[in-house]
Order: sequence, then C-alpha cells, then structure tokens
Amino acid sequence: MLAIALKISLALVILALLLNVYRLTVGPSLPDRLLALDTMYVNSIALIVMMGLWLNTKTYFESALLIAMLGFISTVAVCKYLLRGDIIE
Amino acid sequence: MTINVILEGVISFLLIAGGIFVFIGSLGMTHLRDFYMRLHGPTKATTLGIGCILLASMLYFWGAQGKPDIQEILITLFLFITAPVSAHLLAKTGLHLQLPHVDKTQGRPFELRDEEIGDKPVPHPDRGHG
Repeated sequence: MLAIALKISLALVILALLLNVYRLTVGPSLPDRLLALDTMYVNSIALIVMMGLWLNTKTYFESALLIAMLGFISTVAVCKYLLRGDIIE
Repeated sequence: MTINVILEGVISFLLIAGGIFVFIGSLGMTHLRDFYMRLHGPTKATTLGIGCILLASMLYFWGAQGKPDIQEILITLFLFITAPVSAHLLAKTGLHLQLPHVDKTQGRPFELRDEEIGDKPVPHPDRGHG
C-alpha cells in the first residue's frame, strides 16, 4: 500500500515540476518566473523527502532544510532587487 | 500488527493528499490568467501539500525507528513561516512593476487623490523644514 501511494505521489510531484518549468520558460513577466522558481524549490523539497522515504534513509533531510533556507533567501533577494534596484542599501 | 496497518494507511493517505495538493498548486500557477491570481496557488495549496508530505515522512520514520525526530518538524515550521513572507514580497513586486491584471482582480495600488495633496512639505521630526 505504501509503495503504491509513494509512486502516485512521486508522479504528481513530477507533473507539478513540469508545470513549473512551463511557467518558468513561458511566464510573461519577471515576477511570474520568480514565482515559478519559488514553487520549484518547494516541490524539490517534496521530491527529496520522498526519495528519503523510497531509500529508507534520513541522510537527505539536511539538504532539504538547506534548500528551504537558501530558496527563501534568494527569493527575498531577487524581490528586493526588483523593488528597489539594489539588494543591500 | 493492526496498528502497523493503520499507520501505513494514514501515511499513504497523507502522501497522496500531499501530492494532490502540490499538483493543484502548480496547476493553478500555470492555468490562471493573472499574476495576482497565480500567486494564490503556490502560496496556499503547495504549502499545505508539502506539510502533508513532511508529516507522512515523520510518521514513517517514527514508526520505523521507534522514536520521533525533530528535523521534519523543523522543515515544516520553516516553510510555514517563510511562505507568507515571500508571497507578500512577490505581491509587492507585482504591484511595484504595475503588471497587467484582469478587471475582476480587485484592489488597486494605493494612490493619493488630488484633494489629499497639500502645498506645504512635511517637516522632519528632528530638523524641521531644514
């Protein structure tokens, strides 16, 4: 039961990543692409957590935490750049 | 034995619910017409979905190793704190760049009306008009 649920969930998350790639390439404006990138790192965290479930190991959770922190900081930095024209004033 | 079967069912349900929520969030971001509409999908649905998946992972390793661990709760807490902040900054960026929006999208950027603009400049609290 768990293996089937894991496969379904993995397929859904990979489809979500493909939709993010579509918005990242097509997206008409710059905040659209930034939003797609922001969603993409959240989805990659889901993918890493499910890889940990698949391989039955807890090694990769530190990398998930690292991606969460750096993704948030990079989103804030690009937003500040678009808002003010400068990151650190 | 029964407890393990029930736990497995709960983990499977949480995994599938998380996958569906993440997919719906990305579908909303791809399918909606307006940047301010597109902002709704990832900030709400995807955050709930990743919370479900991390909860499923925490329950699985709790059942497998016999003791709970703090790491998944840490990731969940961090994501739940940072998602509204980045959504707020993205909305501010969209308003600042004056992106085109559909007429049904309410809430214009704040602008001063003509009768609210005075003649005198606002004095600085420390230096006065200097």
